Amino acid sequence: MEPDLALPAAKPGAPTARGLSARDSRSHSPTYDALRRLRRDHAAVAGAGFLIFMVLVSLLAPLIAPADPTATDLAQRLRPPGSPGHLLGTDELGRDLLSRLIWGGRISLAVGFTAVLAAMSAGVVLGLVSGYFGRWIDPLIMRCIDVLMAFPSLLLAIAVVASLGPGLGNAMLAVSIVGIPYYARIVRGSVLSLRNQEFVQAARVVGASHGRIIVRHILANSLAPLVVAATLDVGWMIMAAAGLSFLGLGAQPPTAEWGVMLSAGRQQIRNAPHLSIVPGAMIFLVVLALNFLGDGLRDAMDPRLKQ
Amino acid sequence: MTAYVVQRILSLIPVLIGVTLLVFLVMQLAPGDPAQIMLGAHATESDVNRLRVDLGLDQPWYVQYTRWLGGVISGDWGRSIQLKREVLPYLAGRFQNSGYLMLLAMALACTAGVPAGIISAIRQYSLGDRISMVLVLMGFSTPVFWLGIILQIVFGLLLGILPVSGIQSPGQSGTVDLLLHLILPALTLATAPMAIIARMTRSSMLEVIRQDYMRTARAKGLTERLVINRHGVRNALIPVVTVIGLQAGYLLGGDILVEIVFSYPGIGLAMVTGILARDFPLVQGAILMVAASYVVVNLITDLAYAFIDPRIHYGT
Repeated sequence: MEPDLALPAAKPGAPTARGLSARDSRSHSPTYDALRRLRRDHAAVAGAGFLIFMVLVSLLAPLIAPADPTATDLAQRLRPPGSPGHLLGTDELGRDLLSRLIWGGRISLAVGFTAVLAAMSAGVVLGLVSGYFGRWIDPLIMRCIDVLMAFPSLLLAIAVVASLGPGLGNAMLAVSIVGIPYYARIVRGSVLSLRNQEFVQAARVVGASHGRIIVRHILANSLAPLVVAATLDVGWMIMAAAGLSFLGLGAQPPTAEWGVMLSAGRQQIRNAPHLSIVPGAMIFLVVLALNFLGDGLRDAMDPRLKQ
Repeated sequence: MTAYVVQRILSLIPVLIGVTLLVFLVMQLAPGDPAQIMLGAHATESDVNRLRVDLGLDQPWYVQYTRWLGGVISGDWGRSIQLKREVLPYLAGRFQNSGYLMLLAMALACTAGVPAGIISAIRQYSLGDRISMVLVLMGFSTPVFWLGIILQIVFGLLLGILPVSGIQSPGQSGTVDLLLHLILPALTLATAPMAIIARMTRSSMLEVIRQDYMRTARAKGLTERLVINRHGVRNALIPVVTVIGLQAGYLLGGDILVEIVFSYPGIGLAMVTGILARDFPLVQGAILMVAASYVVVNLITDLAYAFIDPRIHYGT
């Protein structure tokens, strides 16, 4: 964030830079302005709308899914889309595809958001400690992060799953670990640029504790890049977790998860191609929506970046 | 410059040690006893213990690590449990296959991505620019394993014009047959880097178009084509080189998924098969090989950037 937001935050107990400018009666808060700009971005609004729809569908899965996603019915196997009672048809074990998609969305979204939250929490703590305290701890943390970043992301996730064993929980942990360096670097960068700003020094002079300076002044001013990064990252995490499941290293059959469904659908590619096309299309749409929203958020929060 | 190159290469040593340590520890943490897996479920406890001693598995981890690292450096990467053969020559052959795939994908990504980015920037906010930017976003939102399956359905099953799996047709060994097998996997792998390269080229070109030297070039009477080609593109491509280098990381990861979809016998397929069969030496070797090549590609990207951008001074 820009330091111009931050000038008068010197008094003990003074509101943060962000909070103060929000209360400045002559201008709107940066958040308000950003949201207003975001509202004018049609792609971002469409992305947000689709995501809200998907979250609602996922939350209401037990109520709206027409059938049990794991209930097999061999008499009804490989029904085409539009069959009576099965809007999107059935899979090789006669399970209702629509119900599996709805329940699968629940897993994919939960994995994406939880993994980002976990990676962000760990990354933020590491970045803050590394950037704020410096000395020996900064090079130590940064060298560990360099090592993690020396691996291509998906390879690192695969290595972690290879170590912990296949499974949805381990896949989620793996993609979270892969995300940590990303957030640690963003936060460390923000801390380094904010640490010596006047408002932080002023807070230090008036005796604010490290915790208070970190949370109220530094973290609050690092939020914008974090929010953008996290929005874009949820998409990557969803795709990576589905990819691990597709490889047989994440969620395991018969779980209704999009990557698992895609992998199983591949076996029926000749007589029922929709079994792999539809779950993949859902991953694609959710990730696309997140990318539209993430791009929109970035442009709205820092219009100078828009090109 | 020489000082910078030496310094950059030396800085790799701690990273590479860290990478080997992490690869080693990841496999150490894996559940199951390698000696037990090698001998099978029916082996007696004394046989398993004897093999543990033979393999040095009874030693502390740091002794095992230094011994393993010594082996890695001297070319002894161990034997695959499942294939009963040396890991290094086997993986080297597999890696070569992956190399063909990644090089072709990169070539496709650059030949399509760079011109698309330049044209978009020159005609900013035109319909073509808007469409190509939406396509770009779609490009990197597409799960690579899904795109591969769609291409298999369209070009293999519906049109029947391209092979959908493997690296050669039975009984064939020519380059043309290899290239035909590479088209679909390379196209699949190229999509996301193509999108990112196009986007980066566009934004870099937009930056360059506004520079004073572009106005000067126009003012001295150069044609628009010359201005764009000689002054615009050449400067705009400098940051794109880094992005192209960064895509190596994506390619090395995405390659694993693409190889599974197309049953392409590269290092990714070997790695995943190894993980599912709990073939630790093979998996360890494959992860190490891919990670080390990523470190080397990053080094080359950094050095290439230093060579092509005259404004950057190194060695300090």
